This record gives sequence, C-alpha cells and structure tokens, in this order.
Amino acid sequence: MLLIPCPWCGPRPELEFRHAGQAHIARPADPSATSDAEWTEFLFLRSNPKGRHAERWRHASGCNRFFNCVRDTVSDTILATYKPGEAAP
Amino acid sequence: MRHSLFSIVRNAIGGNRGWPAQWREAAPKPEYDIVIVGAGGHGLATAYYLAREHGISNIAVLEKGWLGGGNTGRNTTIIRSNYLWEESQKLYEHALKLWETLSQELNYNVMYSPRGVMMLAHTVHDVQSAQRHIHANRLGGIDNEWITPEQAKAFCPLLNIEANIRYPILGAALQRRGGVARHDAVAWGYARGASALGVDIIQNCEVTGIDRAPSGEVTGVQTTRGAIRARRIGVVAAGHTSVLMAMAGVRMPLESYPLQALVSEPVKPIMSCVVMSNTVHAYMSQSDKGELVIGAGTDAYTSYSQTGALHISAHTLDAICELFPAVRRMRMLRNWGGIVDVTPDRSPIIGKTPVPGLYVNCGWGTGGFKATPGSGHVFAHTLATGAPHKFNAPFTLDRFRSGRLIDEAAAAAVAH
Ligand SMILES: Cc1cc2nc3c(=O)[nH]c(=O)nc-3n(C[C@H](O)[C@H](O)[C@H](O)COP(=O)(O)OP(=O)(O)OC[C@H]3O[C@@H](n4cnc5c(N)ncnc54)[C@H](O)[C@@H]3O)c2cc1C
Ligand SMILES: [Zn+2]
Repeated sequence: MLLIPCPWCGPRPELEFRHAGQAHIARPADPSATSDAEWTEFLFLRSNPKGRHAERWRHASGCNRFFNCVRDTVSDTILATYKPGEAAP
Repeated sequence: MRHSLFSIVRNAIGGNRGWPAQWREAAPKPEYDIVIVGAGGHGLATAYYLAREHGISNIAVLEKGWLGGGNTGRNTTIIRSNYLWEESQKLYEHALKLWETLSQELNYNVMYSPRGVMMLAHTVHDVQSAQRHIHANRLGGIDNEWITPEQAKAFCPLLNIEANIRYPILGAALQRRGGVARHDAVAWGYARGASALGVDIIQNCEVTGIDRAPSGEVTGVQTTRGAIRARRIGVVAAGHTSVLMAMAGVRMPLESYPLQALVSEPVKPIMSCVVMSNTVHAYMSQSDKGELVIGAGTDAYTSYSQTGALHISAHTLDAICELFPAVRRMRMLRNWGGIVDVTPDRSPIIGKTPVPGLYVNCGWGTGGFKATPGSGHVFAHTLATGAPHKFNAPFTLDRFRSGRLIDEAAAAAVAH
C-alpha cells in the first residue's frame, strides 16, 4: 500500500485515495473544431510510461480534493505531489 | 520426439534420461521474414500458426526473459467464451474450439479441462446483466445457462448459499464448456511445436529499439543481443506494449496495471469447477496439484512493478471466506503479480498500426489466457497476409478513432 502525501493533509494511506488517471490532460477548448485524431488523443491515448509518470489522485476519504503526483512506475516511489494548477516538478 | 504411449514406456524403462530438449536453443540470425516480440502464449502461438498454416518459418520470437515467464505463466487459467458482444463471442469461441483439440494438435498435454465456469449473481443488477449475457450468448450459439442457488450449490458443494451472508447468491450463469488449462504447458507446447517447424525462439533477448526506414516502414529491431533485420514485426508484449510501441513513435490506448493471484496449500479435491463473482470480486478453482487458485483484482494505479499490494489480495480473501466458509482456515502458499495491458473498452487490439510493417496484438488485459490459441491463429493470418482474419477484423487500433468500440467492461469487471 502506498503512503501518499496529500498536499493539504500530509501523508495518508492509499486506502483514503482514489486514483484518477494520467495528469495534465486538457479537454479540447473548442469541441466542434476538434479533429477525430485530437479526440482520440484526449479520450483514449495514454503515455503509460515505464518510469516517471504524472498522475492524478483524489483524497476521497479526506479533504476530497484532486491533486497531482509524480511516481516512478517501476519502484512505485512517489517523487512529488503538488496542487492542481502547479507545474509538474 | 513425438509423445506417445510407446515413448513414455520406453523412457520409463530408460530411467527418463532419453527425453530430448523440447525446443532448440537458437542464436539470433541477422535477418528474418518476421520478428515476433514477446514469447508469451500469444507470441508463441502466432509463430506456430505462421509456420504450420502459412508456411512461413523464417521467424524469430524474441523474449527478454524466459518464455512463458510473463502473464502466461502468472495467470489463473480461466477459459470461457460467454462474452456479451457478437465480435467478442466469435473471437473467444474460435479460441475455445481450438482448446478442445489443442493437446492432439500440439502432441502435448495442455491439460485443458472443461469443468464448467460459474459466474455468481448477488444483486438484482447482477441477475439482469447475467441474463442479458445468457440471451446474447444463446443467440450467438454459445452455451450459457441460468441456474438457481440450489443448482449452483449442487454444482459446487463448497458454495455458501445461505441468505444471511453479506451478498447472498441469487443465482448464477454457467458455461459448462468453460474451464481451465495448464498455463506453462500451453507456452511449452507451442514453443516445442514452433521450434520443430523451424522457428527460432531466442530467450534473454530484450528488444530495445524499433528501426524504421526514412519512408516510415519498419526495417528491424535493436536488441540486447544485437540488431536483427525484419520487414514485418509483431509486438505481442502484453503489459509492455506501450513501451515497445513508443520505440516506433506510436501512442497506444493502453494502461498497464499490476494484477495478482495466489494459491493455497494443496488439499484433496474439494472443488471441481471454477466459480467467479464480479460483485464481491473473487474467483477460485482447484489445480490438479490440489492448490486453491485464487484471483485478486488489479491495483488502483498503473505500474510495472509486477507485484500487487497486499490490501488488494486481503480484500479478495475476505470475499473467498464468505463464499466458501470451509476454506477459512487454509493457509496461502504463494502470491505473485503480472502486468496487464488494459484498453478503454476492455477488448484486445489485434492488427495493423499506422507504421507499415508493424503489427500489434495486445490489450488482453486481465483475461487473455483463454484466447491464446485463437489470438495466435488470427494474428498469424494477419501477419502472413497483411489483412485481418474475419474474427479479428473488428479489433482494430482505429476503433478508438472511429468510435466502434467493443465494450466488454461489464463482462470483465472481475479480473479473469
Ligand atoms: C494474475 C493474473 C491472472 C490472470 N488470470 C487470467 C484468467 O484466469 N483467464 C484469462 O483468460 N486470462 C487471465 N489473465 C490474463 C492473461 O494472463 C494474459 O492476457 C495473457 O497471458 C497474455 O498473454 P501474452 O502472451 O500476450 O503475454 P505474456 O505472457 O505476458 O507475454 C509477453 C512477453 O513479452 C515479453 N516482453 C516484454 N517486453 C519485451 C521486450 N522489450 N523485448 C522482448 N520481450 C519482451 C515479456 O517478458 C513476456 O514474456 C491473468 C493475468 C494475470 C497477471
Ligand atoms: Zn487531503
């Protein structure tokens, strides 16, 4: 089980959190001007890297806020967590 | 050497010292007609059918570890074909039909055992969903039947059908032709068959790059054992597919998750079928060695760690103890994890990619063992002819652009 540092509440066990997928995916600003390829990218294509990965978590059983996290997907070590709107470290 | 009663008797008399190696130890050649990346069941079956049905044997199967050491050797071996959509039914039923004669075809005992797979319903929604599947299956000519809790108990006496458990059993869908097979034997049998037909199986050979001509098409691979040229490459790398496709600049609709399983200490036969429950998330069968084989869920997050978190298997054991109270005091012997490649619609991707010469067979996620023979068979057709077999034609990468998804998420809500 991961020990995840919520940027607001501090380190808490993984059970308090919900994983919310890859981070920094922006919804197309103008849907009607968005091509099929851009929709595919937004909806379905994922980096799925072996190594450093930026992902979202929600502190569901705590402050209930979303935040971002950089984790190594081989060792599962959490390298950083940061608030939405902040740039990935 | 062909396996037969005669060869068994002769080797028994000779103290079993006369058995030859089951496949050749091959060193990489500079060039092949087709390179297959990944010696799991699907990659080995692909090579076997390419050689056997399409006469192409100048093939290398490259494996970074040992053959069958990926998900093929880590799975809980449930085989069934009662999927919801017509496309899936055809693909998985194609595989199920091949399972029925696979031991004879390979002259290798894969221990396919159609002992019946029972999927439990615990809520009104479960009942409706199971019956929807049953109707869809019957229209597709696939056996699947509704049974009452009492019939379920008769089929699997270990089951607790009391009304006072947290999620009482309201009935079950039973596919009698479903069952299990010996996972290692499947990899070994295909490897032996392919090797005998001339295929080079090269272990401890990790693909580290995919080479492309200036015009875009693939020209070969870089490996830890040197460069190998090939005009056709089939990536069959399960959890590592995104990593390999990135080497050719292709982004995939995949996420890789750890999925774990565990086995108990061996006991006398107590369970002669497979029982699965999506709602409480647990499934169990008994191996021929006597171990109870139990499947847990995926972790919440993507990972390549090849190990799952303990709270995930503890959660599954809670459900197992509730459904099968007789096993409460048994001890677990081992647990392990694999890395499964999950698509947004929980259906596989088998076919071409935007890169000429590069083909992919992936996205089997938590449930591709059952498809091994069918997957290899249709992928071999695709690699040999450059066009899909009718059964994998709907399973394109392009469906994530066109929107023609094959949504089996409901069927695969439990990892199997
Ligand atoms: C715990 C668990 C339980 C499961 N239970 C079931 C079940 O009950 N029923 C069912 O139908 N399915 C089940 N599955 C899913 C099933 O195991 C897989 O879908 C199936 O085995 C995939 O086969 P494969 O040959 O594609 O992959 P694998 O057997 O994983 O083969 C891929 C191979 O590619 C190799 N590879 C990766 N990267 C490289 C590289 N760069 N160079 C060279 N080689 C590389 C890997 O080492 C690996 O050997 C389960 C999976 C797990 C993990
Ligand atoms: Zn918090």
